Amino acid sequence: MKAIKPVNKHRNLLPITCMVGPTGLWLLFFLLFPLAYVFVISVMTRSFYGGVQWVFSLESYQSLVDSKYLAIIWRSIVMAFQTSVICLIVAYPFAYLLSKMRPVMKGFCILFVMLPFWINGLIRLDGWANIIRDSGLINTILMRLGIISRPITMLKTNGAVLFGMVYTFLPYMILPLQTSLSKIDPSLIEASHDLGAGKFRTFVRVIFPLTLPGIFSGTIQVFIPSLGAFYIADMMGDNKPFLGNLIKNLFQGDRNWPAGAALSVILILFTLAALKLYSKIGNMDDLA
Amino acid sequence: MKKRKKQHTIGPLSTLYACLVYLFLYLPIIMVIIYSFNTKDNNIVFEGFSLEGYRSLLHNSALLDSFWMTVKLAVVSTFISVVLGTLATIGLHRYQFRLKGLINSLLYIPIVIPELIIGVASLATFTILGFDMGFATLVIAHVTFCLPFVIVNIRARIAGFDPAIEEAAMDLGATRLHTLRRVTIPMLVPGIISGALISITLSLDDLVISSFVYGRDITFPIKVYGMVRGKVTTDVYALSTLMILGTVLIYSTAQLIQKRLVKERT
Amino acid sequence: MHKVMIQLKNVVKNFENQEVVKSINLDVYEGEFLTLLGASGCGKTTTLRMIAGFEEVTEGEIYLDQENMAGKPPYARNVNTVFQTYALFPHMNVYDNIAFGLVEKKMPKKEIKEKVSQALEMVQLQGFEKRRPSQMSGGQKQRVAIARALVNNPKVLLLDEPLGALDLKLRKQMQVELKHLQQKLGITFLYVTHDQEEALTMSDRIAVMNHGRIEQIGSAQEIYEHPASRFVADFIGESNILEGYVTSIDEPYMTVSFEFGQIDHLPSSGYVKEEMLYVSIRPENVRYSTEPVPDFQLQGIIKEHIYAGSAIRTIAELPNSQEIKITNHPEQTLPEPGSSVYLYWNKDKTVLLHTAGDKLYDLIEDAVLK
Repeated sequence: MKAIKPVNKHRNLLPITCMVGPTGLWLLFFLLFPLAYVFVISVMTRSFYGGVQWVFSLESYQSLVDSKYLAIIWRSIVMAFQTSVICLIVAYPFAYLLSKMRPVMKGFCILFVMLPFWINGLIRLDGWANIIRDSGLINTILMRLGIISRPITMLKTNGAVLFGMVYTFLPYMILPLQTSLSKIDPSLIEASHDLGAGKFRTFVRVIFPLTLPGIFSGTIQVFIPSLGAFYIADMMGDNKPFLGNLIKNLFQGDRNWPAGAALSVILILFTLAALKLYSKIGNMDDLA
Repeated sequence: MKKRKKQHTIGPLSTLYACLVYLFLYLPIIMVIIYSFNTKDNNIVFEGFSLEGYRSLLHNSALLDSFWMTVKLAVVSTFISVVLGTLATIGLHRYQFRLKGLINSLLYIPIVIPELIIGVASLATFTILGFDMGFATLVIAHVTFCLPFVIVNIRARIAGFDPAIEEAAMDLGATRLHTLRRVTIPMLVPGIISGALISITLSLDDLVISSFVYGRDITFPIKVYGMVRGKVTTDVYALSTLMILGTVLIYSTAQLIQKRLVKERT
Repeated sequence: MHKVMIQLKNVVKNFENQEVVKSINLDVYEGEFLTLLGASGCGKTTTLRMIAGFEEVTEGEIYLDQENMAGKPPYARNVNTVFQTYALFPHMNVYDNIAFGLVEKKMPKKEIKEKVSQALEMVQLQGFEKRRPSQMSGGQKQRVAIARALVNNPKVLLLDEPLGALDLKLRKQMQVELKHLQQKLGITFLYVTHDQEEALTMSDRIAVMNHGRIEQIGSAQEIYEHPASRFVADFIGESNILEGYVTSIDEPYMTVSFEFGQIDHLPSSGYVKEEMLYVSIRPENVRYSTEPVPDFQLQGIIKEHIYAGSAIRTIAELPNSQEIKITNHPEQTLPEPGSSVYLYWNKDKTVLLHTAGDKLYDLIEDAVLK
């Protein structure tokens, strides 16, 4: 009937502290504090020897307007956008198929989508690299068949980075789409047919709108992480840096922490904004 | 109540599409397995079947060390995440308190934010705190990253709970602590298992966060990252193949256990 | 008289400044089957939960066998609850479920085994020890829930709509079983339900609750035949309630007039001239005739007859559009719809109710005055 919880605050203080306290403190010390600290670094001065000088300055943010940085940021956003769109296009029909399957079959198919996660992502990307490199599987076959005489350069191109991104993040799009497609009550689709909508109209007017939370959740889970995945560009790209490489480099190579922190702050704010927006559309727990 | 679902026959075109998606996902894995049996330390061309890669793996102690380091890291950080996460989930579910909203929103940040940010933030923080980079810092960073996933998984389980079940335990004479031990936690076990599996997966696979805080303790992904731009040796493929095998075994056992538990506990 | 097992003294419960239970006083006697009956939201479940210890009382005291329960957690109270959702532990089999409370009491294993098998026998589930709750039907789960509570030998068994999730046929069967069990064991049962039929069949006494108050407490017969308020008359069974006023008193009789019609020679005790009152009559007691009847000046038009199996329900309409429900024996010859009839009944069956203090009446009056 009613799930009324006791609200006696004093009696609950001890169990709350014992149960939620450790996690709360952990998040405070190792998540909130570090993120805040990154913000602090971003408004400090770069020290000549690569450290941080504790003098307030906005120079790191000003340096972001530098055309070199802007080009990288723009390239990364375009890449993340392309990745999201391709993932969505590839994943939607697949997720739709999954949602139509019988439960046992569906369970297996979902398991096989997740299974590759258990194998190191770098190794899997390396597998693809071996397939598409100049002396790789595809070129070898094509040359043996006499279709081409010189290998087609596929690895170490922008396209290869996009391919690697799609490969890495595709499951993150499939799973939320599948969840939200499976949630649709079949009688809604029957009702739509009953009210005279054909298959296509039913998709446009019923199925698609109902899966918007899944689409949004999937897009967040592809778009945002792809902005930071530096290793994909390292392995597949033509040495052109993306945002992830840039930040990593500013922290580890060039040791310009304030600039790296400023870029990080932008990513943090971007993430928070996406979360805020998503919290209005879908269930937050579906993000995981 | 179960909905009667129309039995959709999946057409040949759809089957083809699904197969292509799976091929896309699994082709590189097949390549890794094939190359693990290559004769030479050469990942460019397959020259013939041999077990050389596996033999040299036995002697490559640096590689094996990095593998054990990774496993140890995954187990320790998952253990911490599960203990903290289980308690926190129950507490967050059961009680109302002022900081609950804050904790809940903090939880979603590691799930969505690029791992890179957790990496640099941890690096900066550990540096100013004067932490020695190594296993301990790896564990801290990994727990920060895994904990939210564990909590979300357990929460999915706890959300379906009938609140009357815990009341029933108290009604039958169990104190709060006994209720937790005899009723609440046992009922959460399937959620705890799936949370732990995800946590292990994330930790085993993580390169991005680790690459900022590993110090002298090199993990397998970091080791591989050091190689991929040059030449990946056959023994790495051999180790990966063994890991694939282990993964399939562990996963199927875990799934079996979990399925049985879910059946019993719903 | 038996001794008092549960005593509620001026018990009040507020949820976020909303009074859910408003100063309840209640004595439940040892060995009694008492039902709290009311619509959802009337405070009956909250009352039960306060006795079990799941909710703290805002004001007032609860005594269990003369002992004040203030501040005692559920696990320190010698009462047990049967939940509407059964609340069986899904990760334990039937045996472990029933043994749960005994294990908490640290009873020796051998004794537990004996008690559990007795409990299973009591609810006729011998041989089900190893079953999981998920492998059982609703009725079986309910029996396990009852056995799990009773095995602890509680002073009072609290039952919160325990049959609510069962289908009608099983519910009827379980009603009888529960009643027999209670009579056999002699344990005090405090039962919560919104189903008046269930309450009428099972209870020694019924407390009818409305808006956090007990409106009336008494045996099934008392409550049905002599409802103490308009709410009770309306809630328990069906009633035709006419609003009238006393036009003249001629001790020990009075005449009550309505908008259209009047009744003479009603007992006048307790009423004064010009007082507003309700005249309540059960559908099964209403008669009609084509000829005028002494004392009754109440004419209506037959609107329709509804066949309902064991009876025929007839609706007659008074000139002011108020409908009068009448239950007829199916073999009676029925007047055509549209025909005019004289309504009457045995005056002993009339229930007269004061309007003073009646909430519904106050509301209507307020509305009219505005």
